Amino acid sequence: MSSVHVSPLSTYLSIFAALMVLTALTVGVAFINLGSFNPVVALGIAVVKASLVILFFMHVKYSSRLTKLTVVLSLFFVAILIFETLMDYATRGWQTIPPMLK
Amino acid sequence: MSNPIAHAAAGHGPAGHDFATADGHGHGHHPALQHHFSTMDQQREAGVLGMWVFLLTEVLFFGGLFLTYTIYRTWYYEAFAAASKSITISWGLINTAVLIGSSLTMALGVRAAQTNQRKATVNWLLATIFLGTLFLGIKVIEYADKFEHHHVPGPHFVFASEHEGAEGGAAEHAAPAAAEGGHVMTMGPDELQRTTQLFFSLYFTMTGLHALHMIVGIVILFIVAWMAHKGRFDSEYFAPVEMTGLYWHFVDIVWIFLFPLLYLVERHN
Amino acid sequence: MDTPVYPAHNYLSNGHGLKSWLLTKDHKRIAMLYLISISIFFFLGGLFAVGIRLELTTPQGDLFQPDTYNKFFTLHGVMMVFFFLIPSVPAVIGNFFIPPMIGAKDLAFPRINLLSWYIYVVGGLFALFAIVAGGVDTGWTFYTPYSSVSSSTNVTATALGVFIAGFSSILTGLNFIVTIHRMRAPGLHWFKLPLFVWAHYATSLIQVLGTPVVAITIVMIFVERAFGFGIFDPQRGGDPVLMQHLFWFYSHPAVYIMILPAMGVISEIISTFSRKRIFGYSFVAFSSLAIAVFGFIVWAHHMFVAGISVYSAMVFSFLSFSVAIPSAVKVFNWAATLHRGSLSFEAPMLYVYGFFGLFLIGGLTGLFLATLGTDIHLHDTYFVVAHFHYIMVGGAIMGYLGGLHFWWPKMIGRMYSEFWSRISAILVFVGFNLTFFPQFMLGYMGMPRRYHMYPPEFQVLNVLSSAGASVLGLGYIIPVIYFLYSIKKGAVAGNNPWGASGLEWRTQSPPLTENFVDVPTDIPEAYEYTPQVVREAKLV
Repeated sequence: MSSVHVSPLSTYLSIFAALMVLTALTVGVAFINLGSFNPVVALGIAVVKASLVILFFMHVKYSSRLTKLTVVLSLFFVAILIFETLMDYATRGWQTIPPMLK
Repeated sequence: MSNPIAHAAAGHGPAGHDFATADGHGHGHHPALQHHFSTMDQQREAGVLGMWVFLLTEVLFFGGLFLTYTIYRTWYYEAFAAASKSITISWGLINTAVLIGSSLTMALGVRAAQTNQRKATVNWLLATIFLGTLFLGIKVIEYADKFEHHHVPGPHFVFASEHEGAEGGAAEHAAPAAAEGGHVMTMGPDELQRTTQLFFSLYFTMTGLHALHMIVGIVILFIVAWMAHKGRFDSEYFAPVEMTGLYWHFVDIVWIFLFPLLYLVERHN
Repeated sequence: MDTPVYPAHNYLSNGHGLKSWLLTKDHKRIAMLYLISISIFFFLGGLFAVGIRLELTTPQGDLFQPDTYNKFFTLHGVMMVFFFLIPSVPAVIGNFFIPPMIGAKDLAFPRINLLSWYIYVVGGLFALFAIVAGGVDTGWTFYTPYSSVSSSTNVTATALGVFIAGFSSILTGLNFIVTIHRMRAPGLHWFKLPLFVWAHYATSLIQVLGTPVVAITIVMIFVERAFGFGIFDPQRGGDPVLMQHLFWFYSHPAVYIMILPAMGVISEIISTFSRKRIFGYSFVAFSSLAIAVFGFIVWAHHMFVAGISVYSAMVFSFLSFSVAIPSAVKVFNWAATLHRGSLSFEAPMLYVYGFFGLFLIGGLTGLFLATLGTDIHLHDTYFVVAHFHYIMVGGAIMGYLGGLHFWWPKMIGRMYSEFWSRISAILVFVGFNLTFFPQFMLGYMGMPRRYHMYPPEFQVLNVLSSAGASVLGLGYIIPVIYFLYSIKKGAVAGNNPWGASGLEWRTQSPPLTENFVDVPTDIPEAYEYTPQVVREAKLV
């Protein structure tokens, strides 16, 4: 059945280097004014870093479909939690009050 | 898949399933194989799936905090920006590097266990413990700094005019806040005093829970390192090292998100 | 037919004394530990319910002080929801029967299974401490800012108890998921699994996905109370409604943690007592997963009047109806299974018939509450109380009791009194309707929940309800007596007293510690009742 995948040393070292570079990048970018894109870029870099850790350090790239599904499932349900709650917060200002109630 | 079940006979004692102890039942299979599993593969896959399901619960656990953060950051962007600026960025940066380094040592520890290198496994695990402790030590320095500046939410909380606050930064703040869909307003010192507490409440809850996870991780690492030292693992059985690794990397990922969210809000002016 | 013999070697005889129970890793013994402990909490929660119904027999608040009454309904809710209903079917019946149903010797993680029971007990002790120390009055929902800032009762102890018990629930769910994925006997693929196992798989998904969110909510309430932080505190700009979002993200799916396993029980009993394969097996299987997933997207229908935006309320109202679809799929398929089956009327089946009626009423009144307009009228009235009791008591507890009666001969190896079991099943059904149907009317007429006084014109219906509660209570007490009696004195049950088809009936009753002497290899289709078997059954 499944044999355990052993990644070469160089994989771990290059992922580590990439994570360090991305950390420096996220700090550097934070000091540049990108307007509303600052948090987007910061989170984007964080997502890339997290993906590298998940795929290579946690071996998900070489894991079973079920493991991959578990990862996706957790993100999907967090997305439901965040999306549906923000749906409420984003539309709270939309209500128009009828003139008779003003 | 072969089915070498050799324990069908009734009535072995309740201490029969002894996880991870090499109590050798003398049936020719791996000493770490538990009674209710058929093969080492089955046992390992069950363990890995169990760990991933546990991490799934952790993702949702922290997910609730990130949601809370998102809402309040949108509502009180200026307060979050001002409060975030009061945090020393360099400590966070050093800690990020330390934690990513510990993830590397952890990954190398798992690799050493996979490849049957007992001594290297122990050393990499000890290196991970060292870096994890270093992270917590730096965290203590940061927390002490917060206490000194009265940045701990509660009755003694003070967010004073040490930062430019409302007057100076208001104009610049308004634009990005509006772009994010937040309320366009200029916060007076009173309002900053109130709403920066939300930031620091989340700061302490998030970093506190993260640190708690690290403390648990370090305790587990000590146990696993000791087990490795005792020669409990080999290339067929190294599940405890592997699972500790998964947990440790997850804790690292939480920090990867916490760092920009807590330390890097509106650093550009 | 030979007279069955009580087997000399079984999981009950494998080790005696307290230590052999408290350190056991046998899923069957752990299930029995759970059975005892959740029964204690059911009894305690029931006592608080008695207090509530006694107070409400008269319109004046003459029996208890208002704050005492507040503590009563809070503790009734906390005990019943977190310490009885959520562990009920999974931790007792699921724990006991999932391994034998899938041909395994144990759950994937026996030690974690035992750990989950200990965690449950520790959580329960926190809750008991809260009762002894003077109770808690926030309602089982712990809404802020009352729970975080205002209430001076034992919120912290109770909330921590719930938090801790949550870990027990997570570990049970995790164990089931891994067990169902990795421990199935060779050849037992997913579509040969009993629907009970499918239902528990769906339940476990909710447990591992939802419980962490209520855990973090409790942590945030805890840091507010313990450290003076302000996360939901409106004085510092926090939003109490956010706490409700997070709370109901778990607590709405939690209802499906209670009802889905009960539905699994219903599938097993129906097929056995009508001697038929469940009609539309795969639809019933997937409807469990659909309920689990849909359950996560509808939570804010608990918050229609809490200050959420009208637009999101409309979306949540619309989504709430989606849960009705898989629920209806199940009910229709069960009804189709009964059609032209060879039905019988043993006690487990009586509970199933009861479940049908009560779940139908409970489910349909849920649609009233999902409708935005009617909910604004009915919110926080006794209509809501009646609705969720029809689901959680009429649905989940009927399923739990039906399951206990169905599998008791396997768990203990002996039969209970057939006569008294039928009597108590009927008493539960009659008593339940008498208790809760009047509450629909009271709620529709506008009686709010959580008050210890009410206008005199509501008295007749309230007295009816209290009278029904005493019948219901009797219906719950009788089984305790005949179950306990059966342990020593009951007739020996034999391997398969009901002629059921599941793998768990192939082993002896009570089972061996390892469940099977040889792991079954000739795995039948689920619910294989061949015409031959049916004919024999009709002859008997």
